[in-house]
Amino acid sequence: MTAIASSLLIAHDINLTLGNNQLLDNVSLAIEPGEIVTVIGPNGAGKTTLLRVVLGLQQPSSGTIVQRAGLSIGYMPQRLELDATFPLSVKRFLSFAGKGLGETDLCAALEQTGALHVLTAAMRHLSGGEAQRVLLARALLRKPDLLILDEPVQGVDVHGQIELYQLIGQIRSEQGCGVLMVSHDLHLVMAATDRVLCLNRHICCSGTPAMVTSDPEYLKMYGQLALYQHDRVHHLDRHEGCSHVR
Amino acid sequence: MFDDFILRALIGGLGVALIAGPFGAFVVWRRLAYFGDTLAHSALLGVALGFLLSINLTLGVIVVCQLLALLLFIGQRQRLLANDTLLGILSHGALSLGLVVLAFMPNLRIDLMAYLFGDILAIGITDLLWIYVGGGTALVGLLWLWQPLLAITIHEDLARVEGIAVQRINSLFLALIALTVAVMMKVVGLLLVTSLLIIPAATARRFAGSPEGMALLAGVFGCCAVTGGLGASYYWDTPTGPSIVVVACVIFLLSILVPAGN
Repeated sequence: MTAIASSLLIAHDINLTLGNNQLLDNVSLAIEPGEIVTVIGPNGAGKTTLLRVVLGLQQPSSGTIVQRAGLSIGYMPQRLELDATFPLSVKRFLSFAGKGLGETDLCAALEQTGALHVLTAAMRHLSGGEAQRVLLARALLRKPDLLILDEPVQGVDVHGQIELYQLIGQIRSEQGCGVLMVSHDLHLVMAATDRVLCLNRHICCSGTPAMVTSDPEYLKMYGQLALYQHDRVHHLDRHEGCSHVR
Repeated sequence: MFDDFILRALIGGLGVALIAGPFGAFVVWRRLAYFGDTLAHSALLGVALGFLLSINLTLGVIVVCQLLALLLFIGQRQRLLANDTLLGILSHGALSLGLVVLAFMPNLRIDLMAYLFGDILAIGITDLLWIYVGGGTALVGLLWLWQPLLAITIHEDLARVEGIAVQRINSLFLALIALTVAVMMKVVGLLLVTSLLIIPAATARRFAGSPEGMALLAGVFGCCAVTGGLGASYYWDTPTGPSIVVVACVIFLLSILVPAGN
Protein backbone atom coordinates (compact mmCIF):
# COMPACT_ATOMS: atom_id res chain seq x y z
CA MET A 1 0.00 0.00 0.00
CA THR A 2 1.76 3.11 -1.11
CA ALA A 3 0.62 6.34 0.41
CA ILE A 4 0.74 9.09 -2.12
CA ALA A 5 0.38 12.76 -1.36
CA SER A 6 -3.24 12.90 -2.48
CA SER A 7 -4.43 10.26 -0.02
CA LEU A 8 -7.57 11.25 1.86
CA LEU A 9 -6.40 9.61 5.01
CA ILE A 10 -3.34 7.66 6.06
CA ALA A 11 -3.15 5.58 9.22
CA HIS A 12 0.35 4.46 10.04
CA ASP A 13 1.34 1.64 12.42
CA ILE A 14 -1.73 1.91 14.62
CA ASN A 15 -1.49 -0.02 17.88
CA LEU A 16 -4.19 -0.09 20.49
CA THR A 17 -3.90 -1.88 23.80
CA LEU A 18 -6.62 -1.62 26.42
CA GLY A 19 -5.67 -3.32 29.67
CA ASN A 20 -3.89 -6.53 28.65
CA ASN A 21 -5.80 -6.75 25.44
CA GLN A 22 -4.12 -5.83 22.21
CA LEU A 23 -7.00 -4.81 19.97
CA LEU A 24 -5.01 -3.48 17.02
CA ASP A 25 -1.51 -4.56 16.08
CA ASN A 26 0.48 -2.40 13.70
CA VAL A 27 -2.36 -1.58 11.36
CA SER A 28 -1.62 0.73 8.46
CA LEU A 29 -3.98 1.84 5.75
CA ALA A 30 -4.46 4.61 3.22
CA ILE A 31 -7.57 5.68 1.37
CA GLU A 32 -7.40 7.38 -2.00
CA PRO A 33 -10.09 9.60 -3.51
CA GLY A 34 -12.77 7.64 -5.34
CA GLU A 35 -11.68 4.34 -3.83
CA ILE A 36 -13.83 1.88 -1.89
CA VAL A 37 -11.89 0.08 0.81
CA THR A 38 -13.62 -2.62 2.82
CA VAL A 39 -12.39 -4.03 6.10
CA ILE A 40 -13.51 -7.60 6.69
CA GLY A 41 -12.74 -9.96 9.52
CA PRO A 42 -14.36 -12.18 12.15
CA ASN A 43 -16.16 -10.89 15.22
CA GLY A 44 -13.79 -9.27 17.67
CA ALA A 45 -11.21 -8.67 14.97
CA GLY A 46 -11.18 -4.95 15.75
CA LYS A 47 -13.03 -3.71 12.68
CA THR A 48 -15.21 -1.18 14.46
CA THR A 49 -12.33 -0.28 16.76
CA LEU A 50 -10.21 0.54 13.73
CA LEU A 51 -12.94 2.82 12.38
CA ARG A 52 -13.20 4.55 15.76
CA VAL A 53 -9.46 5.17 15.77
CA VAL A 54 -9.56 6.48 12.20
CA LEU A 55 -12.45 8.78 13.13
CA GLY A 56 -10.56 10.13 16.13
CA LEU A 57 -13.11 8.70 18.58
CA GLN A 58 -10.53 6.44 20.14
CA GLN A 59 -6.97 7.46 20.86
CA PRO A 60 -4.50 4.79 19.66
CA SER A 61 -1.72 3.62 21.99
CA SER A 62 0.75 4.42 19.25
CA GLY A 63 0.76 5.28 15.57
CA THR A 64 -0.34 8.27 13.58
CA ILE A 65 -3.33 9.29 11.53
CA VAL A 66 -2.96 11.98 8.92
CA GLN A 67 -5.98 13.48 7.20
CA ARG A 68 -5.74 15.50 4.04
CA ALA A 69 -6.11 19.18 4.93
CA GLY A 70 -9.76 20.25 5.03
CA LEU A 71 -11.01 16.69 4.72
CA SER A 72 -14.72 16.37 5.34
CA ILE A 73 -15.89 13.03 6.69
CA GLY A 74 -19.40 11.58 6.48
CA TYR A 75 -19.85 8.93 9.15
CA MET A 76 -22.54 6.31 9.25
CA PRO A 77 -22.61 4.54 12.62
CA GLN A 78 -23.50 0.88 12.98
CA ARG A 79 -26.98 1.56 14.25
CA LEU A 80 -28.98 4.19 16.00
CA GLU A 81 -30.06 3.23 19.48
CA LEU A 82 -32.73 5.82 19.97
CA ASP A 83 -34.72 5.59 23.14
CA ALA A 84 -38.28 4.56 22.27
CA THR A 85 -39.52 7.68 24.02
CA PHE A 86 -37.60 10.04 21.77
CA PRO A 87 -40.01 11.67 19.30
CA LEU A 88 -37.87 12.44 16.28
CA SER A 89 -38.83 12.76 12.64
CA VAL A 90 -36.48 11.80 9.83
CA LYS A 91 -36.45 15.42 8.69
CA ARG A 92 -35.34 16.65 12.10
CA PHE A 93 -32.75 13.90 12.38
CA LEU A 94 -31.20 14.89 9.07
CA SER A 95 -31.16 18.58 9.97
CA PHE A 96 -28.57 17.85 12.66
CA ALA A 97 -26.02 17.14 9.92
CA GLY A 98 -25.17 20.82 9.73
CA LYS A 99 -26.30 24.39 10.19
CA GLY A 100 -28.33 26.09 7.47
CA LEU A 101 -29.55 22.92 5.76
CA GLY A 102 -32.86 23.63 4.04
CA GLU A 103 -35.61 21.19 3.19
CA THR A 104 -34.35 20.98 -0.40
CA ASP A 105 -30.96 19.76 0.85
CA LEU A 106 -32.59 17.15 3.05
CA CYS A 107 -34.86 15.96 0.23
CA ALA A 108 -31.96 15.79 -2.22
CA ALA A 109 -29.94 13.60 0.17
CA LEU A 110 -32.88 11.31 0.82
CA GLU A 111 -33.62 11.08 -2.88
CA GLN A 112 -30.04 10.09 -3.52
CA THR A 113 -30.32 7.20 -1.06
CA GLY A 114 -33.80 6.26 -2.30
CA ALA A 115 -35.63 7.09 0.91
CA LEU A 116 -37.49 10.29 0.06
CA HIS A 117 -40.80 8.70 1.05
CA VAL A 118 -39.80 8.62 4.75
CA LEU A 119 -39.05 12.36 5.04
CA THR A 120 -41.82 13.04 7.54
CA ALA A 121 -41.87 9.60 9.18
CA ALA A 122 -40.80 9.06 12.78
CA MET A 123 -37.29 7.62 13.14
CA ARG A 124 -38.53 4.83 15.37
CA HIS A 125 -40.96 3.56 12.75
CA LEU A 126 -38.35 2.97 10.03
CA SER A 127 -37.57 -0.50 8.74
CA GLY A 128 -33.98 -1.76 8.86
CA GLY A 129 -33.30 -0.81 5.25
CA GLU A 130 -34.95 2.60 5.55
CA ALA A 131 -32.98 3.39 8.69
CA GLN A 132 -29.69 2.57 6.93
CA ARG A 133 -30.64 4.78 3.99
CA VAL A 134 -31.52 7.66 6.30
CA LEU A 135 -28.19 7.27 8.13
CA LEU A 136 -26.41 7.28 4.78
CA ALA A 137 -28.31 10.41 3.74
CA ARG A 138 -27.14 12.17 6.90
CA ALA A 139 -23.54 11.23 6.10
CA LEU A 140 -24.00 12.60 2.56
CA LEU A 141 -25.31 15.93 3.90
CA ARG A 142 -21.81 16.55 5.25
CA LYS A 143 -20.68 16.79 1.60
CA PRO A 144 -18.01 14.24 2.42
CA ASP A 145 -14.68 13.66 0.71
CA LEU A 146 -14.55 10.44 2.68
CA LEU A 147 -17.46 8.25 3.71
CA ILE A 148 -16.86 6.01 6.70
CA LEU A 149 -19.52 3.33 7.02
CA ASP A 150 -19.76 0.86 9.89
CA GLU A 151 -21.61 -2.23 8.67
CA PRO A 152 -23.84 -0.28 6.29
CA VAL A 153 -26.06 -3.24 5.40
CA GLN A 154 -26.75 -4.38 8.93
CA GLY A 155 -30.34 -5.45 9.54
CA VAL A 156 -31.16 -5.50 5.83
CA ASP A 157 -32.31 -8.54 3.83
CA VAL A 158 -30.06 -9.96 1.12
CA HIS A 159 -31.87 -8.21 -1.70
CA GLY A 160 -31.65 -4.90 0.13
CA GLN A 161 -27.95 -5.53 0.85
CA ILE A 162 -27.17 -5.83 -2.85
CA GLU A 163 -29.11 -2.60 -3.50
CA LEU A 164 -27.27 -0.77 -0.73
CA TYR A 165 -23.86 -1.85 -1.98
CA GLN A 166 -24.84 -0.72 -5.48
CA LEU A 167 -25.98 2.59 -4.02
CA ILE A 168 -22.65 3.08 -2.25
CA GLY A 169 -20.82 2.36 -5.50
CA GLN A 170 -23.06 4.82 -7.32
CA ILE A 171 -22.46 7.55 -4.74
CA ARG A 172 -18.73 6.99 -5.07
CA SER A 173 -18.86 7.43 -8.85
CA GLU A 174 -21.17 10.45 -8.69
CA GLN A 175 -19.34 12.31 -5.94
CA GLY A 176 -15.86 10.94 -6.34
CA CYS A 177 -15.52 10.46 -2.61
CA GLY A 178 -13.48 7.74 -0.98
CA VAL A 179 -15.28 5.08 1.04
CA LEU A 180 -13.99 3.14 4.02
CA MET A 181 -16.42 0.54 5.26
CA VAL A 182 -16.57 -2.37 7.59
CA SER A 183 -18.39 -5.50 6.67
CA HIS A 184 -19.26 -8.76 8.26
CA ASP A 185 -20.23 -10.27 5.00
CA LEU A 186 -17.77 -11.82 2.56
CA HIS A 187 -19.46 -12.32 -0.75
CA LEU A 188 -21.83 -9.48 -1.53
CA VAL A 189 -19.29 -6.91 -0.50
CA MET A 190 -16.58 -8.29 -2.77
CA ALA A 191 -18.48 -7.14 -5.86
CA ALA A 192 -18.78 -3.63 -4.48
CA THR A 193 -15.27 -2.90 -3.34
CA ASP A 194 -11.94 -1.95 -4.92
CA ARG A 195 -9.71 -3.07 -2.12
CA VAL A 196 -10.16 -5.41 0.81
CA LEU A 197 -8.32 -5.39 4.11
CA CYS A 198 -8.58 -8.64 5.98
CA LEU A 199 -8.28 -7.73 9.65
CA ASN A 200 -7.75 -9.89 12.67
CA ARG A 201 -6.20 -7.40 15.07
CA HIS A 202 -3.43 -7.12 12.50
CA ILE A 203 -3.89 -6.99 8.77
CA CYS A 204 -3.72 -10.58 7.54
CA CYS A 205 -3.83 -9.71 3.88
CA SER A 206 -5.01 -6.98 1.60
CA GLY A 207 -5.53 -6.21 -2.06
CA THR A 208 -8.22 -6.46 -4.70
CA PRO A 209 -11.08 -8.86 -3.94
CA ALA A 210 -9.63 -11.34 -6.44
CA MET A 211 -6.20 -11.20 -4.79
CA VAL A 212 -7.53 -11.47 -1.26
CA THR A 213 -9.91 -14.36 -1.93
CA SER A 214 -7.04 -16.45 -3.21
CA ASP A 215 -4.65 -15.45 -0.43
CA PRO A 216 -3.69 -18.38 1.85
CA GLU A 217 -4.26 -16.19 4.94
CA TYR A 218 -7.79 -15.43 3.83
CA LEU A 219 -8.49 -19.08 3.08
CA LYS A 220 -7.09 -20.05 6.44
CA MET A 221 -9.31 -17.51 8.17
CA TYR A 222 -12.51 -18.44 6.47
CA GLY A 223 -11.81 -22.01 5.38
CA GLN A 224 -14.73 -23.57 3.55
CA LEU A 225 -16.72 -20.42 3.95
CA ALA A 226 -14.51 -18.61 1.52
CA LEU A 227 -15.57 -20.98 -1.19
CA TYR A 228 -19.23 -21.19 -0.37
CA GLN A 229 -20.77 -18.39 -2.35
CA HIS A 230 -24.21 -18.20 -0.79
CA ASP A 231 -23.17 -18.08 2.79
CA ARG A 232 -25.27 -16.22 5.29
CA VAL A 233 -23.56 -13.61 7.40
CA HIS A 234 -23.79 -15.14 10.86
CA HIS A 235 -22.15 -18.39 9.84
CA LEU A 236 -18.91 -16.52 10.17
CA ASP A 237 -19.30 -16.21 13.89
CA ARG A 238 -18.68 -19.87 14.49
CA HIS A 239 -15.37 -19.86 12.74
CA GLU A 240 -12.03 -19.59 14.38
CA GLY A 241 -10.05 -16.49 13.66
CA CYS A 242 -6.92 -16.63 11.56
CA SER A 243 -3.85 -18.32 12.87
CA HIS A 244 -2.09 -15.21 14.11
CA VAL A 245 -4.30 -14.47 17.11
CA ARG A 246 -2.23 -13.75 20.15
CA MET B 1 -60.48 31.17 50.34
CA PHE B 2 -56.86 30.47 49.50
CA ASP B 3 -54.29 31.40 52.04
CA ASP B 4 -51.01 33.08 51.24
CA PHE B 5 -49.02 29.94 51.89
CA ILE B 6 -51.13 27.99 49.41
CA LEU B 7 -50.56 30.68 46.80
CA ARG B 8 -46.80 30.62 47.40
CA ALA B 9 -46.85 26.82 47.25
CA LEU B 10 -48.71 26.96 43.95
CA ILE B 11 -46.38 29.54 42.41
CA GLY B 12 -43.33 27.60 43.60
CA GLY B 13 -44.75 24.25 42.53
CA LEU B 14 -45.69 25.45 39.06
CA GLY B 15 -42.24 26.97 38.59
CA VAL B 16 -40.59 23.70 39.56
CA ALA B 17 -42.88 21.70 37.27
CA LEU B 18 -42.12 23.95 34.30
CA ILE B 19 -38.37 23.59 34.87
CA ALA B 20 -38.64 19.86 35.48
CA GLY B 21 -40.44 19.27 32.17
CA PRO B 22 -37.59 19.85 29.70
CA PHE B 23 -34.96 18.40 32.04
CA GLY B 24 -37.18 15.40 32.68
CA ALA B 25 -37.44 14.76 28.95
CA PHE B 26 -33.64 14.51 28.74
CA VAL B 27 -33.51 12.34 31.86
CA VAL B 28 -35.93 9.94 30.16
CA TRP B 29 -34.24 9.99 26.74
CA ARG B 30 -30.77 9.54 28.17
CA ARG B 31 -31.82 7.09 30.89
CA LEU B 32 -30.50 9.24 33.69
CA ALA B 33 -33.18 8.41 36.26
CA TYR B 34 -30.73 6.79 38.65
CA PHE B 35 -28.37 9.68 38.12
CA GLY B 36 -31.08 12.14 39.20
CA ASP B 37 -31.73 10.02 42.28
CA THR B 38 -28.06 10.07 43.20
CA LEU B 39 -27.90 13.84 42.97
CA ALA B 40 -31.05 14.19 45.04
CA HIS B 41 -29.79 11.83 47.73
CA SER B 42 -26.69 13.92 48.16
CA ALA B 43 -28.88 16.92 48.99
CA LEU B 44 -29.13 16.00 52.66
CA LEU B 45 -25.38 16.35 52.90
CA GLY B 46 -25.85 19.83 51.47
CA VAL B 47 -28.38 20.65 54.17
CA ALA B 48 -25.94 19.48 56.81
CA LEU B 49 -23.22 21.56 55.22
CA GLY B 50 -25.53 24.56 55.22
CA PHE B 51 -26.10 24.24 58.97
CA LEU B 52 -22.41 23.62 59.68
CA LEU B 53 -21.23 26.67 57.77
CA SER B 54 -24.31 28.75 58.57
CA ILE B 55 -25.01 29.44 54.96
CA ASN B 56 -28.29 29.33 53.09
CA LEU B 57 -29.44 25.72 52.98
CA THR B 58 -30.42 25.80 49.30
CA LEU B 59 -26.97 27.14 48.52
CA GLY B 60 -25.46 24.29 50.51
CA VAL B 61 -27.53 21.79 48.56
CA ILE B 62 -26.53 23.36 45.23
CA VAL B 63 -22.83 23.23 46.16
CA VAL B 64 -22.97 19.56 47.20
CA CYS B 65 -25.03 18.57 44.13
CA GLN B 66 -22.52 20.30 41.87
CA LEU B 67 -19.61 18.55 43.59
CA LEU B 68 -21.33 15.21 43.24
CA ALA B 69 -22.06 15.82 39.57
CA LEU B 70 -18.38 16.61 39.06
CA LEU B 71 -17.37 13.48 40.97
CA LEU B 72 -19.71 11.38 38.81
CA PHE B 73 -18.39 12.92 35.63
CA ILE B 74 -14.82 12.05 36.62
CA GLY B 75 -15.81 8.63 37.93
CA GLN B 76 -17.58 7.71 34.71
CA ARG B 77 -14.56 8.62 32.66
CA GLN B 78 -12.35 6.27 34.69
CA ARG B 79 -14.58 3.34 33.70
CA LEU B 80 -13.37 1.26 36.62
CA LEU B 81 -16.91 0.44 37.70
CA ALA B 82 -20.18 -0.12 35.95
CA ASN B 83 -22.20 3.05 35.90
CA ASP B 84 -25.03 1.85 38.11
CA THR B 85 -22.58 0.51 40.69
CA LEU B 86 -20.81 3.87 40.83
CA LEU B 87 -24.15 5.66 41.16
CA GLY B 88 -25.26 3.27 43.88
CA ILE B 89 -22.13 3.88 45.93
CA LEU B 90 -22.35 7.64 45.65
CA SER B 91 -26.11 7.76 46.11
CA HIS B 92 -26.36 5.78 49.32
CA GLY B 93 -22.99 6.93 50.56
CA ALA B 94 -24.01 10.57 50.28
CA LEU B 95 -27.45 10.01 51.83
CA SER B 96 -26.01 8.13 54.80
CA LEU B 97 -23.19 10.59 55.26
CA GLY B 98 -25.77 13.38 55.32
CA LEU B 99 -27.78 11.62 58.05
CA VAL B 100 -24.64 10.89 60.11
CA VAL B 101 -23.35 14.45 59.88
CA LEU B 102 -26.76 15.81 60.93
CA ALA B 103 -26.70 13.48 63.95
CA PHE B 104 -23.40 15.04 65.03
CA MET B 105 -25.15 18.36 65.53
CA PRO B 106 -26.97 17.68 68.82
CA ASN B 107 -28.51 21.12 69.15
CA LEU B 108 -30.09 20.87 65.77
CA ARG B 109 -33.75 19.97 65.56
CA ILE B 110 -34.75 19.56 61.96
CA ASP B 111 -37.80 18.04 60.41
CA LEU B 112 -36.20 15.24 58.46
CA MET B 113 -39.47 14.37 56.75
CA ALA B 114 -39.55 17.82 55.20
CA TYR B 115 -36.25 17.13 53.46
CA LEU B 116 -37.11 13.61 52.45
CA PHE B 117 -40.58 14.27 51.07
CA GLY B 118 -40.66 18.02 50.54
CA ASP B 119 -42.32 20.86 52.40
CA ILE B 120 -44.00 22.86 49.71
CA LEU B 121 -46.43 24.51 52.13
CA ALA B 122 -43.50 26.12 53.95
CA ILE B 123 -42.18 27.81 50.81
CA GLY B 124 -41.19 31.39 51.54
CA ILE B 125 -40.31 34.33 49.37
CA THR B 126 -36.60 33.36 49.44
CA ASP B 127 -37.47 29.86 48.23
CA LEU B 128 -39.52 31.34 45.41
CA LEU B 129 -36.53 33.44 44.43
CA TRP B 130 -34.31 30.34 44.40
CA ILE B 131 -36.80 28.48 42.26
CA TYR B 132 -37.34 31.23 39.73
CA VAL B 133 -33.82 32.64 39.57
CA GLY B 134 -31.89 29.38 40.06
CA GLY B 135 -34.30 27.24 38.08
CA GLY B 136 -34.69 29.94 35.44
CA THR B 137 -30.92 30.03 35.02
CA ALA B 138 -30.87 26.25 34.58
CA LEU B 139 -33.61 26.51 31.98
CA VAL B 140 -31.86 29.26 30.02
CA GLY B 141 -28.69 27.15 30.11
CA LEU B 142 -30.60 24.17 28.79
CA LEU B 143 -32.08 26.20 25.92
CA TRP B 144 -28.59 27.35 25.06
CA LEU B 145 -27.32 23.75 24.92
CA TRP B 146 -30.51 22.44 23.33
CA GLN B 147 -29.38 21.63 19.78
CA PRO B 148 -25.99 20.06 20.55
CA LEU B 149 -27.48 18.19 23.50
CA LEU B 150 -30.16 16.69 21.26
CA ALA B 151 -27.50 15.71 18.74
CA ILE B 152 -25.51 13.95 21.47
CA THR B 153 -28.66 12.24 22.75
CA ILE B 154 -29.35 10.89 19.25
CA HIS B 155 -25.87 9.47 18.75
CA GLU B 156 -22.83 10.52 20.73
CA ASP B 157 -20.15 9.32 18.31
CA LEU B 158 -21.94 10.79 15.31
CA ALA B 159 -22.21 14.13 17.12
CA ARG B 160 -18.50 14.03 17.96
CA VAL B 161 -17.52 13.25 14.36
CA GLU B 162 -19.69 16.15 13.23
CA GLY B 163 -17.70 18.48 15.44
CA ILE B 164 -19.70 18.85 18.65
CA ALA B 165 -17.69 19.28 21.86
CA VAL B 166 -19.37 16.30 23.51
CA GLN B 167 -17.43 16.31 26.80
CA ARG B 168 -17.99 20.00 27.42
CA ILE B 169 -21.70 19.90 26.59
CA ASN B 170 -22.21 16.80 28.75
CA SER B 171 -20.44 18.28 31.75
CA LEU B 172 -22.41 21.54 31.47
CA PHE B 173 -25.61 19.53 31.23
CA LEU B 174 -24.76 17.61 34.41
CA ALA B 175 -24.13 20.89 36.22
CA LEU B 176 -27.52 22.23 35.06
CA ILE B 177 -29.31 19.07 36.18
CA ALA B 178 -27.61 19.30 39.56
CA LEU B 179 -28.88 22.87 39.90
CA THR B 180 -32.40 21.81 38.91
CA VAL B 181 -32.47 18.95 41.38
CA ALA B 182 -31.30 21.28 44.15
CA VAL B 183 -34.10 23.82 43.59
CA MET B 184 -36.70 21.06 43.23
CA MET B 185 -35.84 19.68 46.68
CA LYS B 186 -38.13 22.03 48.58
CA VAL B 187 -41.22 20.97 46.68
CA VAL B 188 -41.11 17.18 46.59
CA GLY B 189 -38.16 16.30 48.79
CA LEU B 190 -35.04 14.40 47.96
CA LEU B 191 -36.70 10.99 47.74
CA LEU B 192 -39.29 12.14 45.21
CA VAL B 193 -37.35 14.60 43.03
CA THR B 194 -36.76 12.08 40.25
CA SER B 195 -40.44 11.24 40.06
CA LEU B 196 -41.31 14.83 39.13
CA LEU B 197 -38.63 14.68 36.43
CA ILE B 198 -39.64 11.34 34.98
CA ILE B 199 -43.39 10.83 35.35
CA PRO B 200 -44.60 13.96 33.47
CA ALA B 201 -42.04 13.32 30.71
CA ALA B 202 -43.10 9.70 30.40
CA THR B 203 -46.72 10.87 30.20
CA ALA B 204 -45.89 13.41 27.50
CA ARG B 205 -44.04 11.06 25.21
CA ARG B 206 -47.12 9.45 23.67
CA PHE B 207 -48.59 12.78 22.64
CA ALA B 208 -45.47 14.52 21.36
CA GLY B 209 -44.25 14.61 17.77
CA SER B 210 -41.01 16.47 18.42
CA PRO B 211 -38.48 16.73 21.24
CA GLU B 212 -39.61 20.30 21.96
CA GLY B 213 -43.25 19.23 22.07
CA MET B 214 -42.42 16.53 24.58
CA ALA B 215 -40.46 18.94 26.79
CA LEU B 216 -43.29 21.50 26.86
CA LEU B 217 -45.98 18.90 27.35
CA ALA B 218 -43.99 17.40 30.24
CA GLY B 219 -44.03 20.86 31.84
CA VAL B 220 -47.80 21.09 31.38
CA PHE B 221 -48.42 17.64 32.87
CA GLY B 222 -46.11 18.56 35.75
CA CYS B 223 -48.21 21.69 36.39
CA CYS B 224 -51.38 19.59 36.42
CA ALA B 225 -49.79 17.24 38.95
CA VAL B 226 -48.69 20.11 41.20
CA THR B 227 -52.10 21.81 41.09
CA GLY B 228 -53.97 18.55 41.64
CA GLY B 229 -51.64 17.44 44.42
CA LEU B 230 -51.89 20.76 46.24
CA GLY B 231 -55.66 20.68 45.93
CA ALA B 232 -55.89 17.13 47.23
CA SER B 233 -53.57 17.97 50.06
CA TYR B 234 -55.65 21.06 50.94
CA TYR B 235 -58.98 19.28 51.02
CA TRP B 236 -57.98 15.93 52.48
CA ASP B 237 -55.01 17.06 54.54
CA THR B 238 -52.65 14.56 52.88
CA PRO B 239 -48.85 15.10 52.70
CA THR B 240 -48.32 17.48 49.80
CA GLY B 241 -45.16 16.18 48.08
CA PRO B 242 -46.42 12.59 47.91
CA SER B 243 -49.86 13.85 46.83
CA ILE B 244 -48.28 15.62 43.86
CA VAL B 245 -46.48 12.43 42.86
CA VAL B 246 -49.65 10.36 43.24
CA VAL B 247 -51.55 12.78 40.99
CA ALA B 248 -48.68 12.62 38.46
CA CYS B 249 -48.96 8.81 38.48
CA VAL B 250 -52.74 8.96 38.03
CA ILE B 251 -52.33 11.29 35.02
CA PHE B 252 -49.75 8.88 33.61
CA LEU B 253 -52.08 5.91 34.02
CA LEU B 254 -54.96 7.81 32.43
CA SER B 255 -52.70 8.80 29.53
CA ILE B 256 -52.05 5.15 28.73
CA LEU B 257 -55.80 4.66 28.23
CA VAL B 258 -56.04 7.53 25.75
CA PRO B 259 -55.29 6.44 22.17
CA ALA B 260 -52.03 8.10 21.17
CA GLY B 261 -51.69 10.59 18.33
CA ASN B 262 -48.63 9.03 16.85
